[in-house]
Amino acid sequence: MTQHNRAKSEVFTPSGKIQFGIFFQGVNSGTIWKAAESGSQTDFESFRRIAQTAERGLFAAFFLGEGLRLREHLGRPHALDVVGRPDAQTMLAALASVTKNIGLVATQNTTYNDPADLAHRLASLDLISGGRAAWNIVTTDNAWTGANFRRGGYLDHAERYKHAEAFVETAKRIWDSWDTTQGPARRVLHEGQHYTVDVTPRLPRSAQYRPVLFQAGDSQEGRNFAARQADVIFSAHPKFDDAVQFRKDLVERSLAAGRGANAVQIMPASEFILAPTDAEAREKKEWVRSLQIGPQQAVAYLEQFWGRELSEYDPDGPLPEIDPVVEETSETRGSGFHGAKARQLADQWRAEAKDKGLSIRQFVSSKTARIDATFTGSYTAVADRLAEYARVGAVDGFNISPWLIPTGLDDIVNHLVPELQQRGVYPTEYAGSTLRENLGLDTPVRSADETAEAVRAS
Amino acid sequence: MSRAASSKAGFLAIELDGAGWDGGDFASLAEAVLAAESAGFHAATFSDAPVPGRVNALQRAAFAGPVTRSIALAPEVDTVYTEPFHVSTQLASLDYVSCGRAGWIVTAVESPEAAAAVGRSAVSGTAVAQEAAASIEVSRRLWDSWEDDAVIRDVATGRYLDVDKLHYADFETPAEFAGPAYSVKGPSIIPRPLQGQLPVIAAASLVGSGQVPADAVDAVLVTAPTPELLAAEVRDVRARIGPAVAVIAELDVVLDSRGQAAAERSAGSEDGRARYAGSPAGLTDLLTDLLAEADGVRLHPASLAVELDELSRLVLPELRRRGALRPPVQDGTFRDLLGLTRPASRYAAAAVGAGK
Repeated sequence: MTQHNRAKSEVFTPSGKIQFGIFFQGVNSGTIWKAAESGSQTDFESFRRIAQTAERGLFAAFFLGEGLRLREHLGRPHALDVVGRPDAQTMLAALASVTKNIGLVATQNTTYNDPADLAHRLASLDLISGGRAAWNIVTTDNAWTGANFRRGGYLDHAERYKHAEAFVETAKRIWDSWDTTQGPARRVLHEGQHYTVDVTPRLPRSAQYRPVLFQAGDSQEGRNFAARQADVIFSAHPKFDDAVQFRKDLVERSLAAGRGANAVQIMPASEFILAPTDAEAREKKEWVRSLQIGPQQAVAYLEQFWGRELSEYDPDGPLPEIDPVVEETSETRGSGFHGAKARQLADQWRAEAKDKGLSIRQFVSSKTARIDATFTGSYTAVADRLAEYARVGAVDGFNISPWLIPTGLDDIVNHLVPELQQRGVYPTEYAGSTLRENLGLDTPVRSADETAEAVRAS
Repeated sequence: MSRAASSKAGFLAIELDGAGWDGGDFASLAEAVLAAESAGFHAATFSDAPVPGRVNALQRAAFAGPVTRSIALAPEVDTVYTEPFHVSTQLASLDYVSCGRAGWIVTAVESPEAAAAVGRSAVSGTAVAQEAAASIEVSRRLWDSWEDDAVIRDVATGRYLDVDKLHYADFETPAEFAGPAYSVKGPSIIPRPLQGQLPVIAAASLVGSGQVPADAVDAVLVTAPTPELLAAEVRDVRARIGPAVAVIAELDVVLDSRGQAAAERSAGSEDGRARYAGSPAGLTDLLTDLLAEADGVRLHPASLAVELDELSRLVLPELRRRGALRPPVQDGTFRDLLGLTRPASRYAAAAVGAGK
C-alpha cells in the first residue's frame, strides 16, 4: 500500500519500521556533565558531532528544545544540572550547512512568539535546509516565563490550546499562501483574541511544501490538538503496552478529526543504555544513574516540592519528616511540575519510600529516571524488543535523549542500528532529501479557501 | 567601548544580499560567502529587507558559520517589531556557531506593514530610536548576565553552575519611552557569547544625541549621495560620534566586466548610497582613499556573481599590495577586527548573584 493510501485509510496499518530522532535537551538532569567524556553544551562542535553521528545512523530528525527562562530553585537559578541553551533555529540553520538528510526540528512556543515572525523563520529554516525543517509545537501560560517578554504573562492556562491552534492555523495559511505556480503570495489576515496578523508572506514553499509539525503535549486537549494539526506526536508513552494503548487512542482521535488512521505518527521520548551483554548494560545503568542524580540533585529535587532548604538531610537517609512549606509546587521548575498539592504529595512519597526501603537518593532516582522510557540491555536484546514495536506498529520511532554529549549516540549508531537493519525494521538509506519523504508523510493539500483573501477570526 | 588605536589599514565588508535562494538549495549561499572569504573580505553582511524569496538574515549568517573560518558574519536584525529576549539569544547563538565572528547590524524598521504583521501600532519618529536603544540595552545586559566562568562543572559540590555568577538583567523601558512599556527579567538562557559582547553596528543616522546613544554601538554605517562626498561625511560622523566608534563607509559598486562597461549595467543609484561605476582600477584608487579615512568600507555589489569575481581578481590584491587592507586574522573574532578588546561582564565587578 502506498504511503498516500496508508494516511487516508480508516484502518491503522503498521509500517513495520521504526525510525530514530535525537533530542539534544540542553536542560535536564538526564545529561551527565560529571563524566570525563562530558563535552560542551554550547560549543557548535558538540552539535555538529552529534548531528553528524545521527545522520550516519540514518536518524530521521535532530530535535532542539527552546529556553525561555532559566529554571530556578528556591528563588535562584538551578545550579545542579546542565543548562544554557542556544536558540534552536539558529543552531539548526548552522547544522543545515554541515548535514544533508537529517530533519531539523525546532521546539517553539506559541505563547511568546509572534505567528508571522515565527512562520517566516520556520519557512526560512525549511528553505535553507532544502525541506528538512520541522516545528515541535509547545504552549505555555505562566507569567513567570512572560517576565522575559514584551507582553508579560497574558494567557490563561485554559486558553493555551485554543490560542495555540489559532496560531498554528495562521502559520499554515502563511506557508500555503505562496504557490510558486500561481504567482506571488496572497495577504493573510487573522484577527484573534490575542493576536492580529496582517501579512503578505515573502517565502515560497519548500521542497517538502511546508515544515513538518510535531506536537508534544499529552493532556486530552493536547492529544486532540495533535490529532487535528500535527504530523508527528512526540509522546510520553514508550513502554510497550502503554504505547499500543496510546496508538489506539490517537488513531481514534485522528479519525474523529476527519484524518486517516495513519495520519499522525508517534515518536516517544526514550533513553538507551546499551552494552555487548545484558549484564554489562545493567552495570552501566548503575553508573549512568549515579551520575545523573548525585546527592545534591536528590535533595534539591525534594526541595522543589517542599519549598524549603533540606540540606540538613542525609541523601542516603529517609525522606524528610517535616512538611512542605508551600501549598502547591512551584512553577519555576517547568510546567510539568506545576500545581501538585505539596502536602499530599509529601505524605504519599514518604509512605512509598518507607514501603520500598528507599533513601532520598534512591527514591529520587526512581522518580526521575523515567524507568518506562529507558531501554537497557544488550544490542541484540534491545533490537529484539524494538522489532516488536515495529511489528505491531506501537510507535513510528523513538526520540532519543542521549545521556552523554556529544558521544551519546555512538553505540546506538554503531551497534543497535545494524542489528535493527538486520531485522528489517530500520531504514538502510534515506528515502529522500526532505524530512517529509524520510518520515513517509503525505504532502499537505492546500486548503481551497486559500485561493482567496479572507479574514478569519478565532 | 575601548578601541585600540586604529591602524592605517582598513577592512572590507561585503553585503551578500541576493545570495541564497535560487529555487533549489542554499549551496549558492555557501559558495558566495566562501568566495568572499577567500577573496580576503573581512566581513559579510546579510540584509533582512522584506524582499520576496529572501530568508531570514540571521539564519543565512548561521548557515555560513560552520563553512567559513575567518570572515565576520553580521546579519541585520530589527529592534522595533521583534522580541528583545529572542534577538539576544539568537545573536549569542550566532556567535557560538561562528566561533566568535558574529556581529549585529541593528535595524529599526519603520513600516506599517511590519507593524501589522505582528499586530502592533506603527512606531515612528523619536519612538523608533527608543525601541532600538532599548532592544540593544536588553541584549547587552543579557549577554553579560552570565559571567564568563559561570559554568564551573564542580563535581565535588555537584554544581554545574556557580549561581553567584548569574545575574538578573532587570531591564525596564525608561519613563520617556513612547511605545508600550516592557521589562525583561533575565538572566539569559544561553551562556555569555564567545566575544563577551557582539559588535553592534547601526546606521550613523540612527546614532547620536536624542537617538541611540553612541556608547551603545561599536560601529556606524555612513552613507553619502556620491563617492566624492563620502570621505568628508566619514570625517563629519567621526567628529560627531567620537573616536571610540568605528566608522564604515557604504558604497554601491558596479564594475566594468567581461567587455561590458559599468555604465551599461548600472541602473543608477536608487538607495541613496554612493555608487561607484567604472573600472576596477578606479575603484581601487577610491577605496585606497576611503580606507585612509574610514575604519572600513562595505561594498554593495550590483551583481554578486559579476562583481565578486572582479573584486577578488583585480581590486583586493592591489589594495593589499598598497598596504590599504588589514591582513585577515586567522581564528580572530569580529571584535578583534574592529580593534575592540573583550570586555568584562558589567556584573562581574558588582559580584551580586541573581536572587541575592
